[in-house]
Amino acid sequence: MDTALLIWAKSTGLQWATIIMLLGLTMRVIQILLLGRATDLSEARNSDVMSAGIKTIFRRFVPPQGMLQKGLLVYLSGYIFHIGFFIVLLFFVPHIQLIDSTLGISWPGLRSSLIDAITVVTLLALIVLLLHRVWNPVLKLLSTPEDYLTWALTFLPLLTGYMAYHHMLFEYNTMLALHVLSVEALMIAIPFSKLSHMVTLFLARWYNGAIAGRKGVQS
Amino acid sequence: MAENDNLGNLLARRGISRRTFLKFCTALASSMALSPSMVPAMAESLAKAKRQSVIWLSFQECTGCTESLTRSSQPSIESLIFDFISLDYHHTLQAASGFQAEEAREQAMAEHKGKYLLIVDGSIPVAENGVYSTIAGMTNLQMLEDAAKGAMAIVAVGTCAAYGGLPKARPNPTGAVSVTDLIDDKPIINIPGCPPIGEVITGVLAHFLTFGAIPELDTVGRPKAFYGETIHDRCYRRTFYDQGLFAETFDDEGARKGWCLYKLGCKGPVTYNSCATTKWNQETSFPIESGHGCIGCSQPDFWDMGGIYEAVSEPLTDLRGPAVTAVVAGAAAGVAVAAMNKQSKQSAKDRHFKVSSETLDEELKK
Repeated sequence: MDTALLIWAKSTGLQWATIIMLLGLTMRVIQILLLGRATDLSEARNSDVMSAGIKTIFRRFVPPQGMLQKGLLVYLSGYIFHIGFFIVLLFFVPHIQLIDSTLGISWPGLRSSLIDAITVVTLLALIVLLLHRVWNPVLKLLSTPEDYLTWALTFLPLLTGYMAYHHMLFEYNTMLALHVLSVEALMIAIPFSKLSHMVTLFLARWYNGAIAGRKGVQS
Repeated sequence: MAENDNLGNLLARRGISRRTFLKFCTALASSMALSPSMVPAMAESLAKAKRQSVIWLSFQECTGCTESLTRSSQPSIESLIFDFISLDYHHTLQAASGFQAEEAREQAMAEHKGKYLLIVDGSIPVAENGVYSTIAGMTNLQMLEDAAKGAMAIVAVGTCAAYGGLPKARPNPTGAVSVTDLIDDKPIINIPGCPPIGEVITGVLAHFLTFGAIPELDTVGRPKAFYGETIHDRCYRRTFYDQGLFAETFDDEGARKGWCLYKLGCKGPVTYNSCATTKWNQETSFPIESGHGCIGCSQPDFWDMGGIYEAVSEPLTDLRGPAVTAVVAGAAAGVAVAAMNKQSKQSAKDRHFKVSSETLDEELKK
């Protein structure tokens, strides 16, 4: 029942996490944008490079042909955890209330029992992905400590949120403080880990689509 | 009332039947989560309880806690228990004043050394050696330390005594602290609330009189029997929270239909107290029933937990200003890093020279 910890997490902690996340992300995106590319002297086969890039951003949400059958479990778990994470983040009423108080925009939320169920499914999907990483010898070999760290940083906010809601392990206030702190840890790690894909994936996909489009092929 | 009188005799004299008394004991046992089989033993023990000497010290407080305890509109067993204890010193209630009052306190401290119960309401200012609040020329700090020495146990009544309360709110000019911040060698029971529920105060006193020991406490020193669950979990509006039905303003359709007050700043989810079950004013209602959210008054630092009308999940600090600053600083840092990258690329280019097979041969010969 650590109110002091909760107060710190909701004030100083949150402020610093926001600053570090936004500063880091802006810095990295600007840095990538200013990298520059050597001028392509060849004649473009398709003049609409921009729309080719934008199409690729969306096309890559769909698995390439044949891949879904090959890695059904990974694809499904990947979709479920990403979509579940966003639903829980954006449609739980207390979260909407936080966004409303900060940005002044709001939308209707989902009932808590539904959010609760989605959280469980999302947690299970994440566990499946972790087991796959550990059990698949090739993937295990390719995995670095960063992969496990980012998994934990994604898993913990969902877990602590679920545990706080159900009064598990600690009293609600302590668990709520841990939930907020775990989100802050995630926020701080975003710009400096592979989690930055939440922003850079759009740049990378657009770029791939654009260079392919310029060559007159679909990416 | 004679010194060796017991509670059973007092209740009999006041016309309280044994049946009524047993009903009270049953309710008390149930509210404290004790087994029903304890009731007869509890009734017997409580009826035999001798007058307990109590010294009540009031420090930085508003007397609301005493009001809560004494302002019951009809005489109840709770108030009779309060009558029964030997209240040897209490600013507001005692007839004596000045040096006679202080003499009564000193006399009780000497006579019942090691046996009296010390009740404290109000926080204790410690800044500037405690000069912000004095009684008869003595600082609250000194008075508490003196009185605590001979006490059997201490009851910190109200959020100010339990956790510092309003006086401790930022920036805490008087350096207000709680009883537990100062005393660590005596059993201390915290009964927070602003004010605490009268029945909870007497419930704890009754427990003390029955068992001669303090009840089971939670991590912040509160009796689990009364502070074991959040207001939110026992709230009759909880079902609306689960269904996602919220009042958006105090006079909208949702408010009229009695929907959840979470969005209007109700602190029920983070507040441990028994208002939703014990209720106030002879079990009439509690704040949420009158259409206002819980303000979280029984929690440590509740005054610094955000505005009364801000939802629990809202940040306690401005995020927009720092966010804009972070984006601007991040952009500047990005440009700076990009410039450094360009510079190192350029210097690599400058250092570049063509190598022929002859040059390599010469290098090998060296």
